[in-house]
Amino acid sequence: MELTRRELLKWLGATGIAVTAASYIPWLGKSASAEQATTSGTQTTRLRRWSMVIDLKRCDGCIGLKTSPQCTQACIMGHQAPVGMKWIEVFEFKRELGGSYFMPVPCQHCENAPCTNVCPVGATFSTPEGVVLVDQTRCIGCRLCMAACPYQRRFFNWGDPQVPPETRSAKYDLHRQVPAIKGTVMKCSFCVDMARNGSVPFCVAGCPRSALWFGDLEEDIATNSRDIVKLSRFMAENEAFRFKEELGTHPRVYYLPGHGQNVGRNPYQTGLLPASWPWGGKK
Amino acid sequence: MNEALERLERTVLHPLTHTTMTYRIVVLALAAVAGWGLYAFSIQMRNGLVVTGMRDYILWGLYISNFVFFIGISHAGTLISAILRVTKAEWRVSITRMAEFITVVALTVGGVFPIIDMGRPDRVPSILWFGRFQSPIVWDILAISTYLTGSAIYLFLPLIEDLAICRDKLPKTLSPWRRLFYRVLSVGWRGTDSQKKSLFTAMGIMAILIIPIAVSVHTVVSFIFAMTLRSGWNSTVYGIYFVAGAIFSGIATIIIVMAILRRAFHLEEYITSKQFVYLGYMLGAFVLIMAYFNLLEFLVPGYKNEEGEGFLLQSMLAGKYAWMYWAYIVAGLGIPAFIILNPRTRNVKGLVIASILVNIAMWLERFLVVVPALDVPLLPREAVTYVPTWVEWSIIAGAFAEFSLIIAVFAKLFPVISIWEVKEQMEQKEHVAAEAETSPATTHGFGERAKTSPFGT
Repeated sequence: MELTRRELLKWLGATGIAVTAASYIPWLGKSASAEQATTSGTQTTRLRRWSMVIDLKRCDGCIGLKTSPQCTQACIMGHQAPVGMKWIEVFEFKRELGGSYFMPVPCQHCENAPCTNVCPVGATFSTPEGVVLVDQTRCIGCRLCMAACPYQRRFFNWGDPQVPPETRSAKYDLHRQVPAIKGTVMKCSFCVDMARNGSVPFCVAGCPRSALWFGDLEEDIATNSRDIVKLSRFMAENEAFRFKEELGTHPRVYYLPGHGQNVGRNPYQTGLLPASWPWGGKK
Repeated sequence: MNEALERLERTVLHPLTHTTMTYRIVVLALAAVAGWGLYAFSIQMRNGLVVTGMRDYILWGLYISNFVFFIGISHAGTLISAILRVTKAEWRVSITRMAEFITVVALTVGGVFPIIDMGRPDRVPSILWFGRFQSPIVWDILAISTYLTGSAIYLFLPLIEDLAICRDKLPKTLSPWRRLFYRVLSVGWRGTDSQKKSLFTAMGIMAILIIPIAVSVHTVVSFIFAMTLRSGWNSTVYGIYFVAGAIFSGIATIIIVMAILRRAFHLEEYITSKQFVYLGYMLGAFVLIMAYFNLLEFLVPGYKNEEGEGFLLQSMLAGKYAWMYWAYIVAGLGIPAFIILNPRTRNVKGLVIASILVNIAMWLERFLVVVPALDVPLLPREAVTYVPTWVEWSIIAGAFAEFSLIIAVFAKLFPVISIWEVKEQMEQKEHVAAEAETSPATTHGFGERAKTSPFGT
């Protein structure tokens, strides 16, 4: 078999073209993404812009009630979350000159979300309403989104998730994240499926101090399931800020500064209690 | 001269037909370790990543650091052999083949690690169906597969002529499948002028093409980290820092592999201390480059001492990870620099020791890139510690064994020295020497003259 220069070059050329072409195939055949599927649930033509306000003046981490933080607990119970996952978690932030304040931290639902930017398969994405979700049937478990999240609000099913046994056989639901799937990432979904049906998220409903507000920036209204406020005015009057605002992530979660003074906590009181999972343990 | 050429063929082809007991034992041992790694992986597949020491806070560990390390040593090969080929450094001819082997094997082994690290390795094809150009992981896959394809072609092209030698010169007692193997792979090479011309054109193109590809690969690997908002990772120096580290550990790997194969296959005539010393100089240059990057990496954020950066710096220089960091500085930069600068230790033995130290240190350095940055708390959380489990260590050991195993098998199937290039060089030298004897004035070029000069190398 004599190989001429022309033939050899032809072969090399063909190989080069084939390799280049092969690497583009995935983007040619890219199918409708999960993003489009989620918009169909919205009934109105106006687009909701779901948002949360957390009034730190009213948050004492539930230490005054001698219970574990009830937002975390309500979230765990409502979502039947795997053991160890606190999609909303209360942290005690110490002040440099003494004292501290409690801050419940759910997923911040960033408008410029670092996590969705890096996902290689589009398993995590922002819906048009501004909610960041994870499709656990698509997630490959690379955890780059967890590395990218500056708020550490993403959780991984390292092993078989410890969940109530009855949820295991359920049909997969993107919003409820049930059943939990081994080797995939989970997180707070803003309970957006419930919001669309007119109810507030589990954590908001579960807060005994009514410190959590849920609302819609588009309609400019929010509720803590007791009172209703005009959202923009409420935030302006109370010095609302966003967590790590300097990063440019544009969170949809706003905080009103405080240390639980409105529910009788002095800044030196401490002692968060661990949350518990009836189907597994305490953490 | 003819005798020298014959000896070259005999020496280089000898391992292809003769297998020693030591080789069998080594291969068996490597296969056992690789098998153990596979067993550990099967346990991980069954139980999930819960069998590792990684958790939600320190979410990457040995696997990702090992990935970065192996992609790093893949720069040994192709980049060095290509740069030396393009700059026509004549001393490279006897070591380029080994360097190119290392590249292909290290890429194959290293490229598997992100998959081992995945929670759902069964969903790897999803990256093909749903891949998004915006994700650094997709850039990685494109860069690494391009580099693997490119370096496989770049390994193969100069191999064609040697495969033809194998086809023609190996004894007829060779098993039929081996004969078929060489016949197919030598793609009908007859050494005609037109074949040579097209081969050299292709090799020239690939040698130049592979350099930017290699640089892009480790730049993109660094982007997995650099595209996040974390302290330490959030850095513009990462791309070039990773590339420099890759070439650094790559050179060290060539020196180690060279020393082992030279000893095992008695190649002292072709791989002389010259090759070691020259690579040693390159290693020395990269010690300085790495030291410079380490200075940049810490001085710039350290001067400003932003909260997270300060925490990271403290944990690296004086805290939890200090022993590793200083081990890297002393064993990876200090001692090798001393060995290379001191003429008494700048010999084969000294350089092999330096290279082993460099590779251990670079492995630690890759760990220090991945883990301490994840240990910087983004929230006031409790302190955590990452302790790798036996499963992780077994898989890492398996990977190193697999790397050595594939190199060992390659060395049995292909000539580890580029016979035709060494031959060509010998003939050229002879030619130049003969010409210089009759009429010294006709010798052209500084390089040629230096080679024949009594004061030359």
